[in-house]
Amino acid sequence: MFDPGVLVVAAEQVTGALGDNAAPDALEARRMQALSLGVHIPLVCFGIAFPAMFLFVHGLYLRTGHAHYKALAKRWSKVALILFAVGVVTGTILSFEFGLLWPDFMATFGDVFGLAFGLEGVSFFVEAIFIAIYVYGWDRLPERTHFLTGIPVVIAGFAGSFNVIAVNGWMNNPQGFDVVGGQVTDPKPWTALLNGNLWHELVHMYTAGYIVAGFIVAGVYAHAHLRGKRDAYHRTGLVVALSFAALAAPAQLVIGDWAGRQVAEHQPVKLAAMEGLGQTTKDAPFTIGGFYDAERNEVRGPKIEIPYLLSILAWHDPTATVQGLATVPEEDRPPVNIVRYAFHTMVAIGSGLALLGTVFVLTLWRRKRLPRTVWFYRALMAAGPLALVALIAGWITTEVGRQPWIVYEVMRVEDSVTGNDNLELAFTVLVLVYVGLASAVVWLLRRLSARPPETELAKR
Amino acid sequence: MAEICLGLIVLGLTAYAVLGGADFGSGFWDLTAGGDARGGRVRGMVQRSMSPVWEANHVWLIFVLVITWTAFPVAFGAIFETLAVPLFLAALGIIMRGTAFVLRGQAATMNEARFLGAGFAISSVLLPFFLGAALGGVVSGRVDVDAPAASADAWLNETSIAIGILAVLTGAYLSAVYMAGDARRAGLPDLVKAFRARALGAGAVTGAAAAGALLVLRSDARPLFDGLTSGSGLVAVIVSALAGLATFALVWTERFEPARFTAAAAVGATIVGWWVATRPDLLPGEITIDEAAAPDATLTALVVSVGLGMLILIPSLIYLYRLVLRGTLDQAYEPLDQRFRPLSSGDEDPA
Repeated sequence: MFDPGVLVVAAEQVTGALGDNAAPDALEARRMQALSLGVHIPLVCFGIAFPAMFLFVHGLYLRTGHAHYKALAKRWSKVALILFAVGVVTGTILSFEFGLLWPDFMATFGDVFGLAFGLEGVSFFVEAIFIAIYVYGWDRLPERTHFLTGIPVVIAGFAGSFNVIAVNGWMNNPQGFDVVGGQVTDPKPWTALLNGNLWHELVHMYTAGYIVAGFIVAGVYAHAHLRGKRDAYHRTGLVVALSFAALAAPAQLVIGDWAGRQVAEHQPVKLAAMEGLGQTTKDAPFTIGGFYDAERNEVRGPKIEIPYLLSILAWHDPTATVQGLATVPEEDRPPVNIVRYAFHTMVAIGSGLALLGTVFVLTLWRRKRLPRTVWFYRALMAAGPLALVALIAGWITTEVGRQPWIVYEVMRVEDSVTGNDNLELAFTVLVLVYVGLASAVVWLLRRLSARPPETELAKR
Repeated sequence: MAEICLGLIVLGLTAYAVLGGADFGSGFWDLTAGGDARGGRVRGMVQRSMSPVWEANHVWLIFVLVITWTAFPVAFGAIFETLAVPLFLAALGIIMRGTAFVLRGQAATMNEARFLGAGFAISSVLLPFFLGAALGGVVSGRVDVDAPAASADAWLNETSIAIGILAVLTGAYLSAVYMAGDARRAGLPDLVKAFRARALGAGAVTGAAAAGALLVLRSDARPLFDGLTSGSGLVAVIVSALAGLATFALVWTERFEPARFTAAAAVGATIVGWWVATRPDLLPGEITIDEAAAPDATLTALVVSVGLGMLILIPSLIYLYRLVLRGTLDQAYEPLDQRFRPLSSGDEDPA
């Protein structure tokens, strides 16, 4: 039964969750960090996936000698360099913010998790060096050497995400140190680096990189397709980008299931928040819709319950017991509604993308051609932005789900935040700067794509 | 181990000052190049010289940050809390400079190039000032480790201002020396002449400013001054001065390739000078290197992994700079304002 009171409770919950849980400074600082990460992460996806895509097309060119492959690989590599440059800049901001916003976190734990960032620094370097050599090396380096200079870019992209995810995994599943009398002692940096959350988060994010970059790029060529640009150049752009995304998207369902079970094991409260599960429940159902009411510690309002599904998802066992939010005091629970809706958004979009990818793969495989309906191409144009939404929703799930902890069950966010004032001003400035940045990048990419592909082949 | 980690930081700072600093300096010459027609040639050279290397050069800064927070976490936290304002401003400058530079490579009209160029050039001048000012707060012992709190004095003091100005000038000087060499390689005698004059002028001003900064340290940061005027600190200062003079002579006689290295040595020696002059302290009068260092397990892991990383990194860097210095990656030279004239194609710059 729908109860209009739910909406009021819902509205109160959101402000309550964001406003009261933490010191006001911690909220401002979290906003700044979240904003900066939200700007950086999409660029990371391109850093992960784009080099493999342009090298693949480059490889096609080396095998066949067809000029349109070269034009496409060259164009993509230029776009990759631009996005990389912006990623360098936004990544620097993140490392500044670690110190500016969370000085106590860095001071207390820098020696535990810092190793990963040391390695990340090296991979970032290698990426910066070789992407420049590769992009500026077109028509200047011997063909084989040139192709080979692209390979370190792909490897460094992987190594970079490995190291950054290692730190995030550690924050969610901290290990490799002791706490003696409130002091952190005896850091074991390798244990911290290779923490229990590393592998599933890494594979989940790495695959997401291919989905996001693949669908966004494919969307650009789907748009071109609908406008009648169907030559070999545009067709290759569509097929290659879409193939990467279409293979990654269904795989992501399996990986996501693995990640979910890891969360059930290591962060049961986060899992309970993702599902709004108040009490510890045997044969737990999966609830869609409705709103979590913190007073009653349950999901209220119009909702659909699928019996046993949560137990199956969490433990692969329909009768398994799933831990509820009530197992920890209220101040140790994350803002449930944000986490829950972010999680559901991610799952819904992810499933849709997997379906879209499967349609493409099956059509290509059975009929040896591209889908013909315009709806497929319209869906593709929407898929890129939706993949981005799913990506951000996924990060909200894991990061807001980690609240109120910065180091899970060890250090609270409000204990690590800077004592400096004026974070509100800084936040406003940062918003303006990022809006400027985003519009500038979009402007630049449109400018680049307006040039006919033939210009890439001009001799100098 | 702690010393080795600090050595890595000094290495990173030196590389950043010598390579990244020169990129800031390019922005300085871009800013002061004059109107569209007069400055077009200099700006074209700036765009061409910086494009393939600026990202790699910038990564040194990230390298310094990560080593510092891993090896000296408490000092890192205190520095960022105390110097939050200049470091935040520097962060904004980093966004503005990088983006505006990349975008200018794609500008299609003179107005766009003018607007983006201004963003790039102005932030290139402000950014090293803020970083230098923050550094000034650190080296003059204004970071309180026990009770860190943001203060204006920590970065708006004599030492900070002196080092901030010195950072801007140093970059301009290095950049002029490097670009004189680049212009020679590109066969552009008028730009060789222009950058030679800039290198000589900036060299003289920077040398004078460095001497002036020493005087400021004498009154404002006495321990550092004493360290720099005795023992190995003095050696570093003398090396820096000699390298600066050698650069002047080399540039005067138009031998730009060796001048690149002596100019870099002059700058690097001052950073090494700070290291030896402050030892055994990390933050003067506050905390020693050993007290600030993370436990040994962390330091060992960091040194081993970064050391192994260097085995990949150093050959990669050598490969990049060899390609750059041999001109393999050189793009076609084009004065910036020419790009927008109907006769030129404008499609040759990749980014």
